[in-house]
Amino acid sequence: MKNFVYALVILLIVLHQDFWFWDDSETLVLGFIPIGLAYHMGISIAAACTWALANHFCWPKDVDEIESLPKAQARGQEGH
Amino acid sequence: MLQVGIICGYLALLLLLGVASSRFFRGTASDYFLASRGIGSFLLLMSLFGTTMTAFAMVGSTGESFKAGIGVYGLMASWSGIIHAAVFFLIGIKLWSFGKRHGYVTQIQFFRDRFESDKLGLILFPVLVGLVIPYLLIGIMGAGATIEKVTEGAFPSVFPAYFTGRTVVAAGAVPYWLGSLAICLVVLFYVFLGGVRGTAWANAFQTLVFLFIGCFTFVLIADKFGGVRNATAMVQEHNPHYLRRTVDADDPLTRYQGDLKVHGQRLAKWEAAPPEERGPKPAEVERPHGFTQLHFLTYFFIPLSVGMFPHLFQHWLTARSARSFRLSVVAHPLLILLVWAPCVMIGVWATSAMIDGKPVIPYGFTNPNAVLGKLVAELTTPVLGGFLTAGILAAIMSSLDSQFLCIGSIFTNDIVAHYIKHDRIGDRQRVFLGRLFVILIVAATYALAQFRPGGVFTLGVWCFSGFASLFPLVFAAVYWRRVTKAGAYACVLTAAATWIWLFAESGFAGDDNYLFLGMMPAATMVAASTLALVVVSLLTRPPSAATIEKFFGTVRA
Repeated sequence: MKNFVYALVILLIVLHQDFWFWDDSETLVLGFIPIGLAYHMGISIAAACTWALANHFCWPKDVDEIESLPKAQARGQEGH
Repeated sequence: MLQVGIICGYLALLLLLGVASSRFFRGTASDYFLASRGIGSFLLLMSLFGTTMTAFAMVGSTGESFKAGIGVYGLMASWSGIIHAAVFFLIGIKLWSFGKRHGYVTQIQFFRDRFESDKLGLILFPVLVGLVIPYLLIGIMGAGATIEKVTEGAFPSVFPAYFTGRTVVAAGAVPYWLGSLAICLVVLFYVFLGGVRGTAWANAFQTLVFLFIGCFTFVLIADKFGGVRNATAMVQEHNPHYLRRTVDADDPLTRYQGDLKVHGQRLAKWEAAPPEERGPKPAEVERPHGFTQLHFLTYFFIPLSVGMFPHLFQHWLTARSARSFRLSVVAHPLLILLVWAPCVMIGVWATSAMIDGKPVIPYGFTNPNAVLGKLVAELTTPVLGGFLTAGILAAIMSSLDSQFLCIGSIFTNDIVAHYIKHDRIGDRQRVFLGRLFVILIVAATYALAQFRPGGVFTLGVWCFSGFASLFPLVFAAVYWRRVTKAGAYACVLTAAATWIWLFAESGFAGDDNYLFLGMMPAATMVAASTLALVVVSLLTRPPSAATIEKFFGTVRA
């Protein structure tokens, strides 16, 4: 699943280059949003969904352990 | 007058917020610089978003789409949505964990430790501070100019008309020096009192303000244009190229033709005037040219800059836990959508909107960044004008505060505490120094901003490119065990050298549309710095086992 999510991120980057809508000023979504803009608004929403999946399936294992570290483990005072 | 009242009320609210946040201040350096690493999910989201979105998000997005059409959203907003969230997830969380484990406060402390090199800090210090300062100047200058513009005619008996060297400011305007001073003092007040907690609170409040005002402005302006469908239909009829990313040979180009006509009249007037009274020659009108695929693709490199912003690094370290990042990672692209999409639509509509047969934005209008202000002034009430100004100032201040604090933090921790006091410095002294440096930096940048250095806005894009060119350094530091000290030096020096070379090639930011080999200059910089980092690291001795263990070993609780 982890690899699938990272593949989705790469797919998102590829899909960002939407040469297929490059010169379309006729098609309007909801009657007023040009398709080239609506598509990229969709990319923003897809980015949010992809990173939500990453939160779930690709969460780094070691970072949650760090939360339980006592503060004293930080080197001396904050800022060394 | 009403607008001035709203702006003053807004600034007063920020001062109150500063006082409130100071009540939670525990008096320690950790609390001043990092809010005791206790910022939760919502505040982290708001402070990260507020810090990364400058006034450009509202004013610049409208202005750029007025110039270039809907492609601006894909270029700047959807790329940022993908890349910023990726950087928060892949870099931010890791750096937070290193900061928590090893007690870092600044980026330079981390790099010194990770690359086992004290002197690397001395190279990074001028590079990072040098890249942040133009960014600060943009904010201060933008705030002063905004207040000056919107208060024209408000106090004619107090402030007479004056000449700035370029233009005449009408009587009654709060002068640039006073407006920028007021903004600096308000930001200084809450940063001084509350430290990073003050900035997080203020950023949360200010982000909500500019989100709300942006959406409200969109609804009102769409209504004045006869509804959203009518507004888009006018663009389709007169300037359809703004609804796509190409310009066809048979496009009507109504705005361009109108601009050309006005330019011809201005030029004739300029030529007819006696030479001593001419002033600057009217600038040429640029023919619309659309976007190239390569330009659009290589803009990808610009948002990588957030990985190396020192002020963002500091905000990452304030997180209460790694889980605090989850909301930011998901919601950041959506907040960008909420701010940018309405502003881009307003900018595109403004190119073609006609009321009573006349263009709402007159032909020959030469300042795209003033389009939003002009629409609000022409089509709405002074109350909304006041709130919009407050929204613009909110966007400016929510970046300024973090930048002031982070430079104060760098001077305190990386220079004074590190070299002069050799880390034998108490908590109270650190807070004292942090505050002192924040005051000095505010004073120095305020003084510099009074000269209104030209070209600083274009320089802003170059600053982003500079930070982006250092992205390979932070990525390798977090994920590549084999990266070496020499590789890090090679990366920083190559980034600096390619930046200087391409900056000179662009005529020192003289060419706004400069591309290198058809690509954003940042693409070349990132490629060169990555190559230098990888090749030199592979040719030099690997880092010590202790360092590898420290950053990649298992955690011992």
